[in-house]
Amino acid sequence: MINSVGRDIPEEVLKATGMKPFAGAYARHNEEYTKAAPTVRAVIDPKESKMVESIAEVLKKCGIKDGMTISFHHHFREGDYVVNMVMEEIHKMGIKDLTICASSLGKAHNPIVPMIEDGTITGIQSSGVRGKIGEAISTGKLQGLAIMRSHGGRVRAIESGDVHIDIAFIGAPTCDCYGNMRAVGGKSDCGVLSYAYADAQYADKVVAITDTLVPYPNLPASISQVNVDYVVVVDEIGNPAKIATGAAKPTTDVRKIMMADYCTQFVINTPYFKDGFSYQTGVGGASIASTISLGKIMKERGIKMGLGLGGIAGPMCNLLKEGLIEKLVDTQDFDMTAIESVRDNPNHFEITASEYANPMNKGAYVNQLDFVILASLEVDVNFNCNVVVGSDGMITGAQGGHPDTAAGAKCTIVIAPLLQGRIPAICDECTAITTPGETVDVVITDYGIAINPRRQDLIECMKDVKLPFCTIEELRDKAYAIVGKPEPVKFGDRVVGVIESRDGTIIDVVREIKDYEWDD
Amino acid sequence: MNPNLNRLRRSMMFLNAQKPSLIKDPYIYKPDSIMLDLEDAVAENQKDAARYSLYHALKEIDYRGVERVVRINGLETAHWKEDVRVCVAGRCDAIRISKTESAADVLAVQAEMEKAEEEFGVEKGSILLMAALESTKGILNAYEICTASPLLFGCALSGGDYTKDLQTKITGTGVELAGARQTMIIAARAAGKQCFDTVFTNLDDMEGFRKEVEMIKMMGYDGKSIVNPRQIAITHEIFTPSEKEIIFAEKVVKEVDDKKAKGIGVFTVDGKMIDIAFYPGAKRTIEMAKAAGVYEGDL
Amino acid sequence: MEVKGTAMAGTLESSDAQVTVEPGTGIELSIESSVINQYGKAIRKTVLETLERLDAKNVKATIVDKGALDCTLKARVECAVYRASGYSEDVICAGEKLPWGGVIQ
Repeated sequence: MINSVGRDIPEEVLKATGMKPFAGAYARHNEEYTKAAPTVRAVIDPKESKMVESIAEVLKKCGIKDGMTISFHHHFREGDYVVNMVMEEIHKMGIKDLTICASSLGKAHNPIVPMIEDGTITGIQSSGVRGKIGEAISTGKLQGLAIMRSHGGRVRAIESGDVHIDIAFIGAPTCDCYGNMRAVGGKSDCGVLSYAYADAQYADKVVAITDTLVPYPNLPASISQVNVDYVVVVDEIGNPAKIATGAAKPTTDVRKIMMADYCTQFVINTPYFKDGFSYQTGVGGASIASTISLGKIMKERGIKMGLGLGGIAGPMCNLLKEGLIEKLVDTQDFDMTAIESVRDNPNHFEITASEYANPMNKGAYVNQLDFVILASLEVDVNFNCNVVVGSDGMITGAQGGHPDTAAGAKCTIVIAPLLQGRIPAICDECTAITTPGETVDVVITDYGIAINPRRQDLIECMKDVKLPFCTIEELRDKAYAIVGKPEPVKFGDRVVGVIESRDGTIIDVVREIKDYEWDD
Repeated sequence: MNPNLNRLRRSMMFLNAQKPSLIKDPYIYKPDSIMLDLEDAVAENQKDAARYSLYHALKEIDYRGVERVVRINGLETAHWKEDVRVCVAGRCDAIRISKTESAADVLAVQAEMEKAEEEFGVEKGSILLMAALESTKGILNAYEICTASPLLFGCALSGGDYTKDLQTKITGTGVELAGARQTMIIAARAAGKQCFDTVFTNLDDMEGFRKEVEMIKMMGYDGKSIVNPRQIAITHEIFTPSEKEIIFAEKVVKEVDDKKAKGIGVFTVDGKMIDIAFYPGAKRTIEMAKAAGVYEGDL
Repeated sequence: MEVKGTAMAGTLESSDAQVTVEPGTGIELSIESSVINQYGKAIRKTVLETLERLDAKNVKATIVDKGALDCTLKARVECAVYRASGYSEDVICAGEKLPWGGVIQ
């Protein structure tokens, strides 16, 4: 069945998943539903301790068995030890057929690939996967379907009961004996625990794993004792050097700076750039550079940002410190500056992933965004974006908050260099679609800027602005003129992954990768 | 006359002709000229490889109006004659002669170029020359070099080799280059040619770079040799007439044109008397502003 | 051109291609590329056309491509073939002229 972004979703996938094809970014607006709920074991007797000696023991206490769904968060990023630590114990116990529902998985989790191959793990649900796990899925090693969800989409799936988590394992930088978890303090400080909140609320069993046990009560807690069954203390939950990097030096790459300047010029020429505007950006070189150049203009013009949202890095914190941002609202911290800021600055707030981006609650923060600055691996001539599947067909990225913020923001700007080596970023058709073009307003490349024709209002207000505007087709043509038109990747028949739209419908599928074959 | 003889050349960016990642789209950074290097940047055992790479780049990459200058190997080497052939066959815009020491050097390259133009059916005079002065002898012969050929659009200082010849080094103070810079610009202007400064290699010292470009601009130079795209914006900023300068120049040109047409010989701009001697400079400012794409007036 | 020995041109840097040629029977081609899925055919076509222009009939060519544009692929194949056919830089410097715009194009 062809969905509303023109992708063919096989009937057997719709049947097997019970999901519907994507019908538009706002198609489920107004829909009513009843939320799911976890099964809770009451803790009435005050003599019961929540402290458990080891991961192995806690697995037994939680009743781990074949076919369960277990969950993890990705606040420790590439420094995470928790996933591997828990999976190793489960593997030793010979448990099979597990589904991992993680807010994201990265290269740090390459060690679980043999467990995919031997059937310990048969399902993966994640924002995305990088490294060897992506390769394992793309080469058909996972028995079940991988489901890639946006950050907002994951909470929606949990809250609506599309996925039911049996056991949530929550790595906590600090925790007390009764399960109050905080993201600050401790050896593996990660700033916030936004993505773990829904897991704690909706999983049947919740296990806190910490390397820093602190005196009771550990307050203010990101995750409360009332949702936590057990607490396990281990030596190390993560590698601090990889959880938060040092302050990144602003890029000296002139191409990125140029695109950042285009972006800033675009932003300040929209009607949304006025005192109190709201803004979200990423951590790529161009995003950071545009934050810095935007800050300068805000200062010159006396314009303050009312809300800075999302994953946070140093440059946004610096603007907060300078009084150029009223409030920073945070779901993920990328460097030490951000971690220190959320710990120390009273105007820097931690929110949950549902508050951030869930499309099916009563209104998420992304809906209040004026601007979001995003990147993309590919953008097609209909402005659809792909942030998950590499141009070679291999799963290699994550949806993150991409589709959530794009759908929410009044002005969604995607920055992408036109060419990555020989691969064009602007193309006739994306290898996969993660973010529908109806939610993407502007694409900024080093070769020119294209405004989505759906946004005649933006085209009108850029009429007299001196930026290298062109159509998206012109960008594609420029790219193809230099590198040649790419052949479409030839996939195998088997569907190995579903790219779930944030509202729970299927926006695209990913098929098994096939060795390249010469035609003759 | 070749219409590009006096084109705008604020920035000439060096690129190793044998590095595909460098030569594939440097026009993105909008330098006025790129300098595809066959000489120092190319290892001795890759001189041949660089020519094939250069040839296809010249023939197949659309550099979008950026001038394509090729730096050939020095006349003391055995490489330079084939370098000239490939430059002409690929129809570059100009050839930069390394280590030029005399008018005879310029004429030798010109003769080889003419032979190649004949061989490849390239129109005579369509490829320009420029001379790099890299020795004390070259500096002392600057005027003779600048006047050696009508196809030569200018000369450039190569500070590294020059200071070695002078038995000193690049100190960062500029004192070691002062004489050469002064001699060159005087010679170039006397010959009616353009003049370009040497490279600035410390990319961590952008303030030092800015000061050096400001200084050579004051000295009368036309542009700067660039080693990294980061240096382009600053160079262009300094070598592009400011809004104030453009407005003043526009007033001068209009006032003089207007009064002359009416047969009046007294000119006033902003209530002040001005001299007819302001006229050529004002014209030049407008032309430069036009070439740099910043002029919006009607002159 | 007669490929008489083994020669290599190019590097494994991004946007480059490393081309090795040696004497073979007919044209034997091995292509490895970071962009094989999108540009495999285009790369093969360019390499074969270049070899044909150079009239290199018995050659084993190994291409390790890192996303090189056509202009680079041609330059690397030509360089490798000329080197393997006795056109070293020394020979060129001694006055052997290359056919720019002829079979090199």
